[in-house]
Amino acid sequence: MSVFIVRRLLQSLLVIVVMSLLVFAGVYAIGNPVEILVAPDATQLERERVIASFGLDRPLWEQYLRFVSGALQGDLGRSFVFNQPAISLILQRLPATMELALVAMAMAVGFGIPLGLWAGLRPDTIAGRTIMAGSILGFSLPNFWQGLMLIMLFAVILGWLPSTGRGPTGEIFGIETSLATHQGRAHLVLPALNLALFKMSLIIRLTRAGVRETVHLDYIKFARAKGLRTNRVIGVHLFKNIMIPVVTIIGLEFGSVIAFAVVTETIFAWPGMGKLIIDSINVLDRPVIVAYLLVIVLIFIFVNLVVDLLYSVLDPRVRLQEAKA
Amino acid sequence: MSSWLLRATAAAVVVTGLASGAQAAELRIALSSEPTAIDPHFHNLSPNNQISLHIFDPLVKQDEQQNLMPGLAVSWEPLDELTWEFRLREGVTWHDGEPFTAADVAFTLERAPDVPNSPSSFAAYINQITGVEIVDDYTIRLTTDTPFPLMATNLSTFGIIAAHVAGDATTEDFNAGTAAIGTGPYKFVEFVPGDRIVLEANPDYWDGAEPWDRVIFRPISSSASRVAALLSGDVDVIEEVPTADIAQLRENEQLTVASAASNRVIYLHIDSDRDETPHITAKDGSAIENPLKDQRVREALSIAINRDAIVERVMEGIAVAAGQLLPNGFQGTSDNLPPPAYDPERAQALLEEAGYGDGFRVTLHGPNDRYINDADVAQAVAQMWSRIGLDVSLDTMPRSVYFGRASALEFSTMLVGWGAGTGETSSPLVNLLATYDRDRGRGTANRGRFSNAEMDALLDEALATVDDAARNALLAEASEVAMREVGLIPLHFEVSSWGLRNGLDYVGRADQYTLAMGVRPSE
Repeated sequence: MSVFIVRRLLQSLLVIVVMSLLVFAGVYAIGNPVEILVAPDATQLERERVIASFGLDRPLWEQYLRFVSGALQGDLGRSFVFNQPAISLILQRLPATMELALVAMAMAVGFGIPLGLWAGLRPDTIAGRTIMAGSILGFSLPNFWQGLMLIMLFAVILGWLPSTGRGPTGEIFGIETSLATHQGRAHLVLPALNLALFKMSLIIRLTRAGVRETVHLDYIKFARAKGLRTNRVIGVHLFKNIMIPVVTIIGLEFGSVIAFAVVTETIFAWPGMGKLIIDSINVLDRPVIVAYLLVIVLIFIFVNLVVDLLYSVLDPRVRLQEAKA
Repeated sequence: MSSWLLRATAAAVVVTGLASGAQAAELRIALSSEPTAIDPHFHNLSPNNQISLHIFDPLVKQDEQQNLMPGLAVSWEPLDELTWEFRLREGVTWHDGEPFTAADVAFTLERAPDVPNSPSSFAAYINQITGVEIVDDYTIRLTTDTPFPLMATNLSTFGIIAAHVAGDATTEDFNAGTAAIGTGPYKFVEFVPGDRIVLEANPDYWDGAEPWDRVIFRPISSSASRVAALLSGDVDVIEEVPTADIAQLRENEQLTVASAASNRVIYLHIDSDRDETPHITAKDGSAIENPLKDQRVREALSIAINRDAIVERVMEGIAVAAGQLLPNGFQGTSDNLPPPAYDPERAQALLEEAGYGDGFRVTLHGPNDRYINDADVAQAVAQMWSRIGLDVSLDTMPRSVYFGRASALEFSTMLVGWGAGTGETSSPLVNLLATYDRDRGRGTANRGRFSNAEMDALLDEALATVDDAARNALLAEASEVAMREVGLIPLHFEVSSWGLRNGLDYVGRADQYTLAMGVRPSE
């Protein structure tokens, strides 16, 4: 177990080094942030002062080495735009993104698995067919369009929910979250639903496929023949066995919900990390882009670790020492 | 789950009800882009400057048309060619109750050009000042090495901060509010990046208290979401209404639309300097001498453009065709420069005369995320040029790539915009058309490297003329020379639009700022 975790962490380190190199070179290749940041009527001397103060007049390898030596001391650099440590900018936005991701995943799992089970167990009923048709819509309609339609319907036409923004926050266990207030929860519903729809459809389809495959296997028939109640057959024998692929997908999707909620956060003006990263990319704020991707890589590594540990709980045949990252 | 949803919905309804009861006092404004800091001197950027104007008064204010008005200074006059005296307003207090004096002005002039790590400072507006003399608490004299007629204009671009709280304050101290003590009509309450900026009225404001007890700014960068937030009543005012939605908002009885011609001209810069230019070849692809060096070719490119069609079709009527650098009526504009008439026959004749009767191959470059409908405008221009016999390709790109390449002179013809922050014609003349000179700060954004000695001389003379009327006449003359030589091709002036819920009025501003001070309940 601990060998497994240590090996995982070493692999992650390599990923982080490669990623930081790529991002550094990539952002450098796109263009010069000073052209965008500096007022258009600034003089050439002013431009040169800004370039020097950001260290952009140095060769790229020197800029990278400076970044690495700072990073080893826990300093990921200061944002060009905000003049704040990049990491603190990101951590400021993290709670908003996490609560959105958690609620969205809860919706996706909470609706997706029961609906998938239903569609798998009763594939030929009207309900089963409707669920499957709905899930196709769920992941074929573009995310931004879904978001705008949700706003049009629930905020503009019906007026039930607020259109954009994060509501007031309160404290739960010392964490600032909008889940603590009524208004905050109302603000969460639409963006979380927008983020959840795609994942929900995916989970419905995976669950249904798993059920359709498993329900005809001998051990299920045997369990029925033994006279077990239907709930127990489905809830324990069937459910545990279809969960492996579903858990994998939930893990992967959870990571991507945190990292790439960019579209949803932009449409709903949600003050999370996704909005920060897209704004930073637009103005080539390299310290924030690099720090953000580092944080995201760490989150992905952590989530995948948890998924691997969950496998061994769900399926005793999986031994962690053999699992390759 | 469903009962939770119901409760959330009920809560939303209750809150909306409460909000409408309190609308007389609270104003919610959706911004298209948010400020990067509350520090008024950290970043010279429109979203920062407009928030700063609520909290910090400048010495000199600009009205909706960017005419100068007294702010913290009640009057100003040149004592001689090199000295300006500003009389300050007496009886003004900071938000913490301390009195405002000349020492605060002196402190601001020292700090503003030199904020650590500033990505774009106010140095260009202040550096000419070489001496600051406090005569008494309410009189201050500023001296310069050369005559500096734009002193008051430049001092209208940034707010005055309090020496007693901002002594060694950092940008973070301003964001946290500890140093965000101004004399402005609103007091700072909180800044939650990405989410909101909250201000409350300053009841002791020297120009009378504001009608809004509380103002909440919310950044909503997606324009469709901004419109939806207005339609659903979540905000009272939005800025930058997309042109495609303006007609629909005008028809909606719950809403009104305010608009104003802005100080931003959209123009084409053309490489009129190099012998060979990177994106122009003969039609067979072989290298040719840069045809844009010939004034006749530049004029042909200008009159080949149907500006009225661009305004009507591409901009949906929300723009004004341009023949010079600022709309008529701004200081230093000329009355003799109407938009060039569309005349493709004469354009072809001019090309013929210049020896390019068969046309040439050219690539027009432009940004696709910077100005209103920028890529569509560039496409329209490309089509119009191809009608006079040129082979035109179009290349648009995000601004993060575009402006760096444009400044590195990688393009031959390019679509750009210029907003004159000072509201008078010397700003575009100095930056876009004056001969490039790194050390004098001339022609910094002259990406076509246009150079004309006659215009440079007129501009130099204007910039040393303290008398407003005489200076403006010289600037108008310089504009006429630059337009005659087609130093650049002006297309149109952007018109900015604001959407408001019924019952509110906004006086649109030429500087495109969205200010709570301009939003008033309708009579």
